[in-house]
Amino acid sequence: MAEVLVYVDHVDGAVRKPTLELLTLARRIGEPVAVSLGAGAEATAAALAEHGAVKVLTADAPEFADYLVVPKVDALQAAYESVSAAGSPAAVLVPSSAEGKEIAARLAVRIGSGIITDAIDLEAGDEGLVATQSVFAAAFTTKSRVSKGTPVITVKPNSAPVEAAPAAGAVEALSVSFSEKATGTKVVARTPRESTGRPELTEAAIVVSGGRGVGSAESFSVIESLADSLGAAVGASRAAVDAGWYPHSSQVGQTGKSVSPQLYIASGISGAIQHRAGMQTSKTIVAVNKDAEAPIFDMVDYGVVGDLFEVVPQLTEEIKSRKG
Amino acid sequence: MSLRIVVCVKYVPDATGDRHFADDLTVDRDDVDGLLSELDEYAVEQALQIAEEADDAEITVLTVGPEDAKDALRKALSMGADKAVHVEDDDLHGTDVMGTSLVLAKAVEKTGYDLVICGMASTDGTMGVLPAVLAERLGVPQVTQLSEVFVGDGVVKGRRDGDTATEQLEASLPAVVSVTDQSGEARYPSFKGIMAAKKKPVESLDLEDLEIEAEEVGLEGAWTAVESAAERPARSAGTIVKDEGEGGKQLAAFLAERKFI
Ligand SMILES: Cc1cc2nc3c(=O)[nH]c(=O)nc-3n(C[C@H](O)[C@H](O)[C@H](O)COP(=O)(O)OP(=O)(O)OC[C@H]3O[C@@H](n4cnc5c(N)ncnc54)[C@H](O)[C@@H]3O)c2cc1C
Ligand SMILES: Cc1cc2nc3c(=O)[nH]c(=O)nc-3n(C[C@H](O)[C@H](O)[C@H](O)COP(=O)(O)OP(=O)(O)OC[C@H]3O[C@@H](n4cnc5c(N)ncnc54)[C@H](O)[C@@H]3O)c2cc1C
Repeated sequence: MAEVLVYVDHVDGAVRKPTLELLTLARRIGEPVAVSLGAGAEATAAALAEHGAVKVLTADAPEFADYLVVPKVDALQAAYESVSAAGSPAAVLVPSSAEGKEIAARLAVRIGSGIITDAIDLEAGDEGLVATQSVFAAAFTTKSRVSKGTPVITVKPNSAPVEAAPAAGAVEALSVSFSEKATGTKVVARTPRESTGRPELTEAAIVVSGGRGVGSAESFSVIESLADSLGAAVGASRAAVDAGWYPHSSQVGQTGKSVSPQLYIASGISGAIQHRAGMQTSKTIVAVNKDAEAPIFDMVDYGVVGDLFEVVPQLTEEIKSRKG
Repeated sequence: MSLRIVVCVKYVPDATGDRHFADDLTVDRDDVDGLLSELDEYAVEQALQIAEEADDAEITVLTVGPEDAKDALRKALSMGADKAVHVEDDDLHGTDVMGTSLVLAKAVEKTGYDLVICGMASTDGTMGVLPAVLAERLGVPQVTQLSEVFVGDGVVKGRRDGDTATEQLEASLPAVVSVTDQSGEARYPSFKGIMAAKKKPVESLDLEDLEIEAEEVGLEGAWTAVESAAERPARSAGTIVKDEGEGGKQLAAFLAERKFI
């Protein structure tokens, strides 16, 4: 079976969930070979093996942290070349983060391959791998193929289940010689994002979001209490972010995070196309809005027309009492 | 010495219109109004601010797109850019990101540049990768997804808000930059700006001018192929209730029925 390269997104050795989802997809196509870079790379091997990686290629060097993107492209290219020696890999899969997409695209141009970004599904087709994309703010679903070279595909979070599928996960050191361009953009400082203690927005099964209707930073506690009663992540519309009520890292939509949870609860959000672009593929959608004409109601499974300051606290109390 | 800034702008179908695909599965541009991608206005704005700080700077706006894409260039010129370059060729129809980046790289080189500024992503393709590919092709540093950008003494600095960390970046010019919608509101064209834009030069280039073969671009030359595009079935109409004092409890009952509680 052909090998499938999977680029590993991890923080100091802790593998992020979208990578485990990629392994599920990779197993459909071939034998997953993971590529794990930077501090903690070797520590990722156990989790990757547990989810189906037959091999884990690792490399660590200061360049990965000290310079933007290019050192990782050099390493992924080295992995591609080492795997190609035994026959062309079936695909290169990369998680669809901003950085992941940039790494994938630069690799693609180097190896003469086409690239598809933000796939939400992958399947084998007669003429090769077929990727499904959700486009135009999720109004259309397209199926596309890479027609030249090894398919390079980035996949959105929550596109496949995480499945246990123990494999060897043999660790092999990858030798990387950095290109002259690798040190072009220096990372002079890095401040890790503070943990909110809540699930990661893009990975969460439930997302509870607030918009302009929430009215102030203090009032977001109403949204947070509901989120905590459900073990959910908190999201915000751009209007709420621009007003300074909630951090940009929590923005849902075209220029924020794209989420696809099992349940999305929107309160005080009108449902503008740019917001919908980031949440329309959620499985179940619920809204609370005092305007019965708000466009968000066109896409809900359940909607309550009312004041969020009445409805949401009552909902939170009811959830708490039902959960006992 | 003058600082040469090239801003890449894309002409896109209006996101609030009824966007769809043509029979050849490319974007239907006939039935929806087109405009300058809103996210590229932020790139034009940062270019204007950088130029204001520099002693001497010249801003060229560059687009690859059909005849109507001139509208996007005009808008950018009316915001204050100095001149425009329009790459237009029938053979470009259906070009993917690899082809588009090839054309932009050649056009940028032909124009001459110290700094290329792009938007964070287009509002139609939304890939968010073109600036990185452009940097790869040009062989210059990539300083992308910036929510703050400063240029001075031949160096570009900026803040990149990533998924797990915020990074401060630094690179020497020439470089390719992209800026996010957090970088600062874009200005509206003034009446004077709109009038002045009518007299600013717009240079047209075709593939031959850029020494690119037709086979390298367009639908035929694309390294990706769209096989089908289907309208997403409308979500089945949900239940809407009016809160009469029990709205929260009713919602809880729905969530329990769906096994979320
Ligand atoms: C290029 C571009 C990119 C964009 N990217 C994004 C993005 O990533 N994410 C995003 O969200 N937006 C984005 N936007 C902005 C988007 O167009 C909307 O302006 C924004 O989503 C509106 O946020 P909102 O729904 O919170 O506010 P509004 O549209 O003002 O809606 C507020 C809603 O709250 C309701 N309300 C008020 N008070 C109460 C109450 N007490 N109880 C219940 N309901 C109440 C009102 O009825 C109203 O429907 C983008 C725009 C552009 C041009
Ligand atoms: C719905 C949809 C999905 C697509 N998916 C793919 C895909 O998976 N793979 C693929 O190879 N192609 C794809 N394409 C084609 C691709 O969008 C175009 O080739 C496009 O020119 C480059 O991608 P982008 O618009 O997504 O650019 P982005 O990477 O999102 O653009 C970032 C910035 O690059 C600059 N820029 C982009 N295009 C131009 C231009 N024409 N002229 C000047 N500056 C520009 C702008 O500054 C822009 O803000 C898709 C197109 C559509 C409409």
